Amino acid sequence: MSGTAFRPSDAVDFLVIGAGAAGGVVAKELSTAGFRVVVLEQGPYLTEKDYTHDEIKYTYQPGLTNDPKVQPITYRKNQSEQAKPVKAIMYGRQVGGGSVHFTANYWRFHESDFDERSQFGNVPGADLADWPIKYADLEPYYTKAEYELGISGLGGANPFEAPRSKPYPLPPMPVKSSGVLFERAAKKLGLHPYPAPMAILSQPYQGRAACVHCGFCEYFGCEMRAKSSTLVSVIPIAEKTGRCEIRPNSYVRKIETDAHGRATGAVYFDANRREVFQRAKAVVLCANGVETARLLLLSKSKLFPQGLANSSGLVGTHLMWDNGGLAMGLFEHPLNEYKGIQVTRVIHDYYRADPKRGFYGGAGLDARFNYYPANFALQGMPPDAPKWGAEYKQLLRTYFTHTMTVLAHTSSLPQLRNSISLDPDLKDFWGLPATRVTFDQHPDDAATLKWALAKQVEILEAAGAKKIWTSGITMEDMLPSTHLMGTCRMGNDPKQSVVDRSNRSHDVPNLLIVDGSSFVTSARQQPTATIQALAYRAADYAVQAAKRGELG
Amino acid sequence: MQSTRRVWLSQCAGIAALADIAAAQQHAHEAVRSSNPPAFQTFDAATAAEIDAITSQIIPSTDGPGAHEAGVVYFIDRALATFDEHLREAYRTGMGSVQQKRKEMFPSSAGIAALTSEQQIQLIHAIEARYSKTADFFELLRAHTLYGFLGNPSYGGNRDRVGWKLIGFEDRMAYEPPFGYYDAHPDGEAR
Repeated sequence: MSGTAFRPSDAVDFLVIGAGAAGGVVAKELSTAGFRVVVLEQGPYLTEKDYTHDEIKYTYQPGLTNDPKVQPITYRKNQSEQAKPVKAIMYGRQVGGGSVHFTANYWRFHESDFDERSQFGNVPGADLADWPIKYADLEPYYTKAEYELGISGLGGANPFEAPRSKPYPLPPMPVKSSGVLFERAAKKLGLHPYPAPMAILSQPYQGRAACVHCGFCEYFGCEMRAKSSTLVSVIPIAEKTGRCEIRPNSYVRKIETDAHGRATGAVYFDANRREVFQRAKAVVLCANGVETARLLLLSKSKLFPQGLANSSGLVGTHLMWDNGGLAMGLFEHPLNEYKGIQVTRVIHDYYRADPKRGFYGGAGLDARFNYYPANFALQGMPPDAPKWGAEYKQLLRTYFTHTMTVLAHTSSLPQLRNSISLDPDLKDFWGLPATRVTFDQHPDDAATLKWALAKQVEILEAAGAKKIWTSGITMEDMLPSTHLMGTCRMGNDPKQSVVDRSNRSHDVPNLLIVDGSSFVTSARQQPTATIQALAYRAADYAVQAAKRGELG
Repeated sequence: MQSTRRVWLSQCAGIAALADIAAAQQHAHEAVRSSNPPAFQTFDAATAAEIDAITSQIIPSTDGPGAHEAGVVYFIDRALATFDEHLREAYRTGMGSVQQKRKEMFPSSAGIAALTSEQQIQLIHAIEARYSKTADFFELLRAHTLYGFLGNPSYGGNRDRVGWKLIGFEDRMAYEPPFGYYDAHPDGEAR
């Protein structure tokens, strides 16, 4: 942490809201370009010294994620239902955001992800649309992200991947038993397994140590600084400029505007629940696919009666979900999957949507294990096994070390009716309206989940699993969503979108919005690489625009 | 993410008291880390014995240390005094319903701990039954038992790491590949 501190009354060049996967990148880019930046982060400023292998803290309690006791969330499937308190969404809540506790999958989108509407046509009941940008527009920024953050992988190993200008900066992580079994089975089936691209260091990189394979990645912060979160990669660079202040425990309640409709800063609650107004010449909103929309809706004013940047009425709409079912397999010999990172092999053979299937959708599949001792015993056992007693105890002796998962990452169609809105009744700890999630799957999403699950099972069968079981794939089984996409979609038409092709708000010229909310379509999940590529690209645009005096 | 798809019971318990949650959580965090806790902070000795009896059927000690040896009841007692304080009422009413069921099933019995092992097993089958009054409480008890048996020992359970030893979890800060049998035999000839 650096000692840079700006006065709230001092109008800094940029106010960044959210210090996560996108906000960390934006802060680094803007501060190294010479601008003065304040980053407001609602969560605390933790470091590797704060992290532990404590499952009770991080899987039982929301150690690094939003706590519904403080920030309640209500959920309903559709508008005719009364929303009830349910933790329907989950996001990282500290400096570094979700990049701290994520599994670290780092997939680029495919070229085909940017114009699926043109390829596939209209899907009844959905709002499938092309992105206003193409893969080629993002490619340099994917590369920049991979090099600045530190991504391990093997370029060219996935025959379906889009062209890349450079190989990964680091070789892939060592394969685990789940990866070996998955690769063997996939090849037998004529598929194309490849080493998972991961935001985890396989070798020392830029002053950080390599991964020691402790196995506590998903839900946990990395004690070795080997997971390439923004916390350990770009945020320290931003702070070193002396022009960037990361201000934790700062919960924004409103983005303010002047009489001309330009953003002037934001009002937030500090750690003592005192209200502070931080002035700024421009605002970059990076609060995630849910909180970004909520904050815009909270930022209503006379000039913006529907909420800020919402002349289209689309803020909060087209929320997309983190879809995917689990297939699990028990094997003869020990896999010891709790050792090492969660994922080492992936296939994209089923990625492209194919009209011949009779529904829209596609999936990426990975071989993984994302359980720890207690949550495995609680949730990882086959549904036909006893849930307690001597036999259950006996099964635990072998199942924990002999089990692996094939997980699907499946598409989620954008639909107008799936949304983030303000709950009319429930308030959070600060007295602000709670987040209300309205979401139900499109029939094609359900069909994709079912179709993918059969492929997952097929792989485990080909791998020689002694026993195979699967998770449920109903909407209830998909709660909570951790990949928060849509709600401020990008587009050229201000009536059909919230931000333009450079992530600038159509309505407020000095407000940029960049995070998962900008997504027009969901691709096949794993949004982090694209969130960060968009963040680099938006920051590039912001630097040029600010230098031309357009943002001040 | 996927392994927490199921909405936690502790989070379903409602939005009880919003005020001072942050401070309470900090306090809870510090409290659970204190060493040598007083015998019990939440339960009286009789209740502790009853809960010990039930959790000892969830993970029995028939073939090596179980919930009893792991100190699961101590873990639950501390959880209810700290990070799961909001679940005390669920325990009070849940145990009340369990005792009622016991009296129905075994009218002459003095308590759960006094039942035979066979009777305790019958009782648990009855209280875990889907849609029964006690089904949610049993799920909570099961979750607490498993976290107490397999969670970090600093919370008072998993004494001598008996849970981790049972399932084969080594608890080291670092490992070297190969991690398992199949990455040690990548060509698969030994299958």
